[in-house]
Amino acid sequence: MAELNTGDGGGKKGDKKVRSKKQNSKVDLTAMVDLAFLLITFFMLTTTLSKPQSMNLGLPDKDDPKDAPKDIKVDENRTMTILLGDNDKLVRYVGLLATPVAGGKPKDFTYGKQGIRAELISRKAAVLDYTKDPKKGMIVIIKPGKKSNYRNLVDILDEMAIVDVPTYAIVNDFSPEEKKLLEGK
Amino acid sequence: MAGKSSKKAASIDMTAMCDVAFLLLTFFILTATAKIPEALPVDTPQSTVQTKLPETDLATLTIGKGKVFFDLKGREVRKRTLELMGQKYGVEFTDDEKATFSLMEGIGVPILNLQQLIGMKTADRSKAGQPGVPLDSLDNQLKEWVYNARIANIEVNDKELQIAIKGDAKEEYPAIKKVMDILQDQKINSFSLVTGLRGKNF
Repeated sequence: MAELNTGDGGGKKGDKKVRSKKQNSKVDLTAMVDLAFLLITFFMLTTTLSKPQSMNLGLPDKDDPKDAPKDIKVDENRTMTILLGDNDKLVRYVGLLATPVAGGKPKDFTYGKQGIRAELISRKAAVLDYTKDPKKGMIVIIKPGKKSNYRNLVDILDEMAIVDVPTYAIVNDFSPEEKKLLEGK
Repeated sequence: MAGKSSKKAASIDMTAMCDVAFLLLTFFILTATAKIPEALPVDTPQSTVQTKLPETDLATLTIGKGKVFFDLKGREVRKRTLELMGQKYGVEFTDDEKATFSLMEGIGVPILNLQQLIGMKTADRSKAGQPGVPLDSLDNQLKEWVYNARIANIEVNDKELQIAIKGDAKEEYPAIKKVMDILQDQKINSFSLVTGLRGKNF
């Protein structure tokens, strides 16, 4: 009603001005609110999702070679050794290299579900069958070769986490036979 | 009556909603931290592990293309680390340089060239082609950086510094091992590997 009065006060412009003023008083905020919520969603998601993932890795204490304990005896039936080579090559053997346990001869595997994971799962079950003691699970020794890349290492550590291997270690020394396995064939 | 109520519903007063929306928007914009461009962009490998990296008390060692870059969280910790490094290598840093350093991204230059790097503009730094922090056995500055950052973090925050390794997926293992060895020489046996997220059905 107040607008009407002021419109009248203006005099000659008359009715048209009154109508336009009335329309202006109610701006349609829908689009603005839409935009605001869109931006809110964007900022909320980017603030929480941008945190990088990480994988925790614990390595054994590096002692002086002098006071390091002499080779600890481990049941060879429980160990699996995984060698990582170049071009995503992966060789595993179970037990000792010279005398592998049944079905544990050095063999090439691929990364992922169909490859090494299936093998890890079946070996894990076999080891538990053998020891009959849940505390004495499988031991996996990971030996990344000089030509292997970081992705291979993370992939195999990821497999350890997926399969839930109780004990695993990264070992850096290669015997000549193991080198031959990675380079050969 | 029915006609009147439907007319009312057609134009709800959105002012309050708009206010709230913009209030929240302002909040999220202000709390969002601007992402500093990385000095050494790397393509991290992926894993299914979903542990998040800590936000503070963290040093990140970025490894890629044969270079290693060092980055540290927390302004005060960075300042203190720079002071300690300056004392160790006999470089005097001014207060301005310390302030700039505390806001910088990761660094990848020998300590003697650090002042030059600090003097650059932010945009130029990423293009500068930093050679990486030296880590040979003769001149192991990475070791000193990690060591002094740990001291600084304990002084400032009274907490042990966490170390994260952010390696490029294609980086060869010996380069990673070299960095791990430097950490292990300081009895840091536990650290994080920065990875991307991989789908569950991998």
